[in-house]
Amino acid sequence: MTQNVNPPEGPTRGPAAGTAVPPASANPADAVSKPSRRGFLRSSGGMLGLSSLMGTATLMASSADAKAAVEWAEHFQKNYRLMTDAEKAEARARLERRYSQEYGKKVSVDTTGPQPGVLMGYALNIRKCIGCRRCVHACVAENNQSRGTRPGERIEWIQVLRMERGKFTEERMNQGYPEGLGIQVGGNAYTPSGQVLEGQYFYEPEKVPEKDATYMPIACMQCEKPPCVKVCPVRTTYREGDGPVVIDYNWCIGCKMCMNACPYWARRFNLTTPVLPKAEMNPVTHYMGNRPRMRGVVEKCHWCLQRTRHGRYPACVEVCPVGARKFGNLLDPKSEVSMVLARKNVFRLKAELNTFPKFFYFYD
Amino acid sequence: MLLRFVSDYTRYVLHGGRMFYAWMGTLALFIAGMLYVFYLQNTDGLIVTGMTSQIHDGLYLANLVFLVGVAAGAVTIVFPAYVYHHEGMHKVTVLGEMLAISAVIMVMFFVFAHMGRPDRLWHMIPPLGIYSFSSMLGWDVLVLNGYLFLNAVVGFYYLYSKYTGRPVNRKFFMPLVYISIVWALSIHTVTAFLLATNPARPMWFHSMMPIRFIVTAFAAGPALIIIAFLIIRRTTKFWIDDSAIKLLSTIVTWCLGIAIFLTLSEVVVELYARTEHANGLYYLMFGLHGLTALMPWFWSALVLMVGAFVLLLIPSFRHDMGKLPIACAMAFAGIWIEKGMGLVVPGFIPTPIGEVTEYHPTFVEWLMTLGIWALGFFILTILLKGAIGILLGEVKAGPARVAGAQ
Repeated sequence: MTQNVNPPEGPTRGPAAGTAVPPASANPADAVSKPSRRGFLRSSGGMLGLSSLMGTATLMASSADAKAAVEWAEHFQKNYRLMTDAEKAEARARLERRYSQEYGKKVSVDTTGPQPGVLMGYALNIRKCIGCRRCVHACVAENNQSRGTRPGERIEWIQVLRMERGKFTEERMNQGYPEGLGIQVGGNAYTPSGQVLEGQYFYEPEKVPEKDATYMPIACMQCEKPPCVKVCPVRTTYREGDGPVVIDYNWCIGCKMCMNACPYWARRFNLTTPVLPKAEMNPVTHYMGNRPRMRGVVEKCHWCLQRTRHGRYPACVEVCPVGARKFGNLLDPKSEVSMVLARKNVFRLKAELNTFPKFFYFYD
Repeated sequence: MLLRFVSDYTRYVLHGGRMFYAWMGTLALFIAGMLYVFYLQNTDGLIVTGMTSQIHDGLYLANLVFLVGVAAGAVTIVFPAYVYHHEGMHKVTVLGEMLAISAVIMVMFFVFAHMGRPDRLWHMIPPLGIYSFSSMLGWDVLVLNGYLFLNAVVGFYYLYSKYTGRPVNRKFFMPLVYISIVWALSIHTVTAFLLATNPARPMWFHSMMPIRFIVTAFAAGPALIIIAFLIIRRTTKFWIDDSAIKLLSTIVTWCLGIAIFLTLSEVVVELYARTEHANGLYYLMFGLHGLTALMPWFWSALVLMVGAFVLLLIPSFRHDMGKLPIACAMAFAGIWIEKGMGLVVPGFIPTPIGEVTEYHPTFVEWLMTLGIWALGFFILTILLKGAIGILLGEVKAGPARVAGAQ
């Protein structure tokens, strides 16, 4: 293994280079919902719940506000998997109407289901990753994540962990484990090299890759035995027939049990109504995927169902400048990811937890 | 007859002296505050709390877990009364059941408080919603509601029998009592499972959790009951036997002892090997990467628990009804911290990918917590007042009845 595997000229990560970085808030007026009567109805209608059905129904009849009526109907829709085809079509049309009105553009909500003979898989070459985090930004732009400025308003599904390259020096020989007990000195210039769990994902270097760092991107592993699915009390999160673990955002009760259960910290909670400027909203959405979420529900990576169900790559794969990310059909021996599994040494993160991720790491 | 019972009961509990109204008024203020912050949480979202995607549960889940224990703790009265036929306990069993009812109601409010979408709670209730048997939270909701139902039936059936003067129908009553004893264990066991079944959270992922939950519950629950009993003895005509209080204080002492033993066992096992999985506990005790927000909580809990245990071991202290509440309050507070801030929060620190962040509850969270506790005490006061009125014979069917107008 040589140290010099990185491309000779790492792309710079200045503001100019990071084209995928959205401005924190392009137009604050778009982001903050105005406290209109409509807004009030939208945000508190849920809390009032069934008890005030009558009162609110009267309100709606008088306001003739399509959006409020749509929101109201959404409150009573079933779990997606239990809907009949007619109900699914209705739910989809309802959402398309609401999103189009809300974001001022034609928004489509795809409901394409799993295709037969497909099991999606992912492989990532950690040798190649240069830590530019373009995947993170492309993911945010593609998947309509919240991009506000307050803590908790900014959601990213991918973390690129920056890990120190080990550096054992003679000066540090008497430092390190076991500290302070005085039972052993020397012979242990401890360095957290290769420690995944001491990695950091907030790093702002001038240039990547950095000499003294390696990178380990992680996101939802789309486990074959997902612990998050097991703990969900309302079965709103489940594994689709072609592999990805998805969430019906309209059915999620926000109990956060799935976030307790996930060993990869892949899930995010919408602490408030997501900040999604109209101009930056991606109008090509999927019901189980990147459609705009609401306050109080959990979200996570779904391997860009809006793309992958139509034969495209996920945004992170497409944007990766070094080709570290591979995606494809595990059932097709000719797919890139199957080739990787057949030829490379691969490992799964935290394999000891028996979650069986369909996200594999490998190196050349 | 039932209607008369309801009307007599209601009239009795709504009448009281100036102290009563002042107490209830103060509690009502906090309840109003609670409703306001609940409104905030469901319009602005949980962003008004200190919770984040890293530490996505805090004070609310902490109180929830603790109060499930208090509810289960009522069994320390029911069990000696009906299984060992303890005379002093038998007279006051119904008070324990009233405490369980209030504690379970508080738990439910904390459930609402911690949820992102309480308006969608119906999603987990069939037939409109889906009930998932694989989810521990589903089981927790099931056993908690069952426990509430059992205690309400057993407690109020007993009170109703006292009211009418007819003996209780043992064929109906006793099986329910025995079921409720086992059920009490189930509620706290399932709550422990709720946390302990997450290998993603090494701080919680060990099989000691259920027994630790049970012993801390059987220390904190009776500690609160002792304090309540001593207040009842002072402020009402209802006399609670010393024998009952002494038995409870023995239970508190030894359950507290076992709880301390379990805590220390965990410390030794985890910190001797000091794997990455011990980072949560290490953060709790000493801080990690310079972040030390939970340290004061842990050490104060330890001091309170050990202090209470030592005091309770001294017979002259334990038998002195003036001093006993001090140790009980210490034990109660210590366990509240240990099980709440000291167990729930470090489960999230560091995160599964090793990020160390801190949790600082906001004013909203404190007000919500205070408000829900106030609601609990509000309900408890009413339930205890009604129960005592009936036990004293002040609320009674027939011509000799004295509606609580005093």
